[in-house]
Amino acid sequence: MSEGLRGVVVSHGGLAAAMVQAVEQISGVTGVLFPVSNMGCDPEAIERRLAEAIGQGPAVVFVDLPSGSCFFAAMRANKTQTELPVVTGVNLPMLVDFVFHRGATAEEAARRAAAKGGEAIRTR
Amino acid sequence: MPLVLHRIDDRLIHGQVVIGWGRPLDVGFIALVDDQVASSDWEQDLYRMGVPPEVEVFFASVVEAARLAPQWRSDPRPGILLTADIPTMAAFRQKAPPVEEVNVGGLHHKPGRSLRLPYVYLTDDEFKSLQALEASGTRVTAQDLPTTAAVPLEALK
Repeated sequence: MSEGLRGVVVSHGGLAAAMVQAVEQISGVTGVLFPVSNMGCDPEAIERRLAEAIGQGPAVVFVDLPSGSCFFAAMRANKTQTELPVVTGVNLPMLVDFVFHRGATAEEAARRAAAKGGEAIRTR
Repeated sequence: MPLVLHRIDDRLIHGQVVIGWGRPLDVGFIALVDDQVASSDWEQDLYRMGVPPEVEVFFASVVEAARLAPQWRSDPRPGILLTADIPTMAAFRQKAPPVEEVNVGGLHHKPGRSLRLPYVYLTDDEFKSLQALEASGTRVTAQDLPTTAAVPLEALK
């Protein structure tokens, strides 16, 4: 069980902060998601910001793109830390679901969030 | 087709390079010149994940890059050569001339560096290194994306 499981949202520009704010507004759940921006960062600076947001873990890292500096920083953290799965293509539905389902392990929470995020992408 | 862009960017492969420059230049390969990355299979696998399958990526140390430069320059596909810092680009320029132009695309804040552009922070020594590069016949400009204006080196002083 990972009752203290947190989500760290890493993005280009101000997207992560806006998404976290939106999830808090929708869900009323605060203090679970932590935004990290790559703005003005070289790779080392992103990794530092990310490490601060992750803390002692466990955590799920949500990244905007499946490549690029945010993704690379997340994967480097994933390489050195256990219980730190990375989910790419972050969207609001997966984050909203995540804040209500953090009782599982980080891996289970990440798989569920990714599935929920994918389910939300539809054409009408 | 010569290497169409020589870029210094501490993020190496990322969105601005692959999409911002790669698409309009119709890039077929990226030569990533970095001694550390060249010695790490794990880092190479990571950077490959950031590139679409139709773009080939070569990883090389500075010494290997100097040897491979003629091959890259005669490749029929447009290519981008990337380094993460100024010394690596300067070393490549010295070992494998000519390099007509260098693009400073992203050097971010670190202790001792000061703001020159929102995406370019330099120490005074780094600025002098770029001046030396230009004095040796390589034009140096800063430009994050092809849709923005190139900024001449002297404007970064």
